Amino acid sequence: MSRLGTITRRSFLVGSAAIAGGVAFGTYLYKRELDNPLLDGLAPGAAAITPYVKVDASGVTLITPRADVGQGAYSIQAHMIAEELDVDLAEVTITPGPPSPVYYNGVVSAEGMPIAATSETFLARTGRGAADVAGKLLGLQLTGGSSTVPDMYDRLRTAGAVARETLIAAAMAQTGLPRDQLKTEAGAVVLPDGARLAYQDLAAAAAEIDPVTDVTLRDPSDWKHLGKPQMRTDVLAKSTGTQTYGIDMVMEGMVYATTRTNPAQGGAIKGFDAGRAEKMRGVKEVLPITGGVAVVADNTWRAFQAVQAVDCDWGPSPYTGNTADQFEAVAAAFTEDTQDSQFRDDGDVTAALSEGEVLSVEYRIPYLAHAPLEPMSVLVKLEKTRVDIWTATQIPRFMQANVARLTGIDAENVHIHVLMAGGSFGRRLEDDYVMRAVEVAQQMPGTPVKMVWSREEDFTHDFPRPLAMARAQGKVADGQLAAFDLAIAAPSVMESQLKRVHQPVFGPDVAIVAGAWDQPFAIPDYRVTGHRVPAMVPVSSWRSVGASGNAFLHESFMDEMCHAAGADPLEERLRLCTHDPSRKVLEAVGEMSDWGADLGPGRGRGLAFCLSFGVPVAEVVEVIQTDAGLRIDKVFVAAEVGRVLDPVNFEAQLSGGVIWGLGHAMNCELTYKDGVPQQDNYHLYSGLRLYQTPKIEVRGLENGGKLRGVGEPGVPPGAPALANAIFAATGQRIRDLPLSNSVDFA
Amino acid sequence: MELTVNGTVHEVDVEDDMPLLWVLRDELGITGPKYGCGIAQCGACTVHIDGMAVRSCQLRAGDVDGDVTTIEGLGTPEALHVVQAAWVKHQVAQCGYCQSGQIMQAASFLDLNPDPTDDQIDAAMSGNLCRCGTYPRIRAAVHDAAAQLRGA
Repeated sequence: MSRLGTITRRSFLVGSAAIAGGVAFGTYLYKRELDNPLLDGLAPGAAAITPYVKVDASGVTLITPRADVGQGAYSIQAHMIAEELDVDLAEVTITPGPPSPVYYNGVVSAEGMPIAATSETFLARTGRGAADVAGKLLGLQLTGGSSTVPDMYDRLRTAGAVARETLIAAAMAQTGLPRDQLKTEAGAVVLPDGARLAYQDLAAAAAEIDPVTDVTLRDPSDWKHLGKPQMRTDVLAKSTGTQTYGIDMVMEGMVYATTRTNPAQGGAIKGFDAGRAEKMRGVKEVLPITGGVAVVADNTWRAFQAVQAVDCDWGPSPYTGNTADQFEAVAAAFTEDTQDSQFRDDGDVTAALSEGEVLSVEYRIPYLAHAPLEPMSVLVKLEKTRVDIWTATQIPRFMQANVARLTGIDAENVHIHVLMAGGSFGRRLEDDYVMRAVEVAQQMPGTPVKMVWSREEDFTHDFPRPLAMARAQGKVADGQLAAFDLAIAAPSVMESQLKRVHQPVFGPDVAIVAGAWDQPFAIPDYRVTGHRVPAMVPVSSWRSVGASGNAFLHESFMDEMCHAAGADPLEERLRLCTHDPSRKVLEAVGEMSDWGADLGPGRGRGLAFCLSFGVPVAEVVEVIQTDAGLRIDKVFVAAEVGRVLDPVNFEAQLSGGVIWGLGHAMNCELTYKDGVPQQDNYHLYSGLRLYQTPKIEVRGLENGGKLRGVGEPGVPPGAPALANAIFAATGQRIRDLPLSNSVDFA
Repeated sequence: MELTVNGTVHEVDVEDDMPLLWVLRDELGITGPKYGCGIAQCGACTVHIDGMAVRSCQLRAGDVDGDVTTIEGLGTPEALHVVQAAWVKHQVAQCGYCQSGQIMQAASFLDLNPDPTDDQIDAAMSGNLCRCGTYPRIRAAVHDAAAQLRGA
């Protein structure tokens, strides 16, 4: 458990205030850094009160408000603060803090705007500024979109510097020494004679003085943490079984609950007979909840057993319930009426395709579950006028509002205690499971209820990445790509997801075409059109969101066109590339993979590129044909993120993204029958396992691009690079995912 | 029934068919072993019975016929097991949820085979699922731990 409970909520809302003998430091006016996208377009004088450092007699607490879902967010945020504050991270408390508008995300909204990451026009910069303002107005406390690093880079370093200088000012007042005779080191102000004044001993004095807000951030050449290999702050706990996840929470008097809702998501329960379940050992209650029942017992397994013994009468699925019909709905959506966007329309594609030989193909991608390894779990304690919730979440403020709406308890009395997540991949941008647990808690007020879902409940009640289709047409001339027309049809993630958190949705959904319309290539006649398929089963953001599937659609067709032109896929992309950092990424992966060298018989090499979340990433996959099937031998990946803040975690996130992309491309899909997902556990949805894991070589480029995050951009090129490699090795062009429906993997 | 877990004898009153995982987690409060799938597909629940890795979600409490060791009994933050030390050194964990099981699987495997080949590591560790994709570092950490064990 964090020590969060000892900090009053009010103390976070002020910049610097005495709190129980301590002091909380915020961030004040700060200067623009050229490579900080957060501040693009921000009005001069705009300020953010963003408290991140608390010092009291017991020690130093760092607030790292972006959720850690495995990507190392807590660690990098803590290192950003420590870079300026000079603390030993083993000696401080790190906590995500409570829901608060001051922790708004100023970057992520820009992902929802049709602004190419490569664009630096006035409109693009203004748009990003508007995204910051929108995030601030909404108090959008959200983790996602690989936004943590770009969003927090200046804010957290500044918070650390303000805290350091204020503690030094307190030491100056106490010792009478001038600023230039004092330095800081490992949680203390150090005097010229080597004596150390620990930060916690200066806290009370620091609380009495005005914070020193005129700070200069250290030059990267002086960095001790950032840019160097770091030890993640959570590695020890996660290697010893001592990390506490939601599923591990215990509390005096706690009961164990699980739910069983209509396996056709959104379907009703018409009635149930709990007679058999109620007689089972350990069962305390069988309770109705939205769409199903909950069993409350004295042990999770007993609850799992009993909930299966409830006789349920399910209503029908309210959605298009069978996979074939779902794809038919997608196929029917390539019409003018359903056109959602056409952000890319260069040259005259219609004219170009009206004569000569036209290549015309169709691609499909399936629904995909998030299936983080920790199934949805939450501990709820509900009393008359207060509710406490312990769970991992990427949306603490939306969750707070939804719980307030459900219970009628004022939002300020809804306390969300954010925990480390056992994976998410976007799943914890949803709070449906918390609402079910609150419904249980409402029926037994005062009793702490821990709800854990079975893996089957988790799979069948996910909000998947939507299915999609693309219709592509193109023309080549003189060994080059001449015309490239990609129409993508998919249900809208934003429409589905934002409705559930009661946010307005307007305009086109950029996610339908993300990773396709915004690619840095100058094809003379080049068009990308998005079509919005009318909503079917609820869908949500899945690691790398729209780009996760759109890269397969765009880059598979790019590869087909290069082959049709007789052009080398790397050379042709380089020729067409309009963005210098992207070109360097392509060149790097070419060099790493020794592109062009003969691989010998039975082998093939595929290239794909995708610029997503502002990060250009190129991947080369090598496959070998074996008697047992295809084997992925090697993967080379290069990415440009402006500056690599932790090379160790950078490598982990990119290689993890590659594995996520490849594993799902190989063998994962969520298919439906009568509204019920047919894959309800990992034996039917395996992903990559160790024996299939290739050697992965990662290179991070720092060619002066903007500072970016890297949790997601490694994912999109994996699927097309693999499919393109299979084509190179076998001559078989696969246009549907998962690939295992078409080939065997060893 | 009586269960010896991490050297401590516990008297538990549970059904014979309750999986060991839930006895550990909900009856004894030992939460290092994780629930991930309930059908022996992910390995997050892996513990040792007399040193051998088993999936505790599939082992009935009534069938436990030896001493149980969980990740908590393998080593502690202050006194790491060699395999845990390798996991820390290579910073294997991302979300970390599967790692208790990965480490227990690796420790049992290396106990039987202290000098494994890549293929043997692949075979031994492929029953443990990691959604984050930490596999390359698992491979490296197993090799490193093996070298340490041989040197010890």
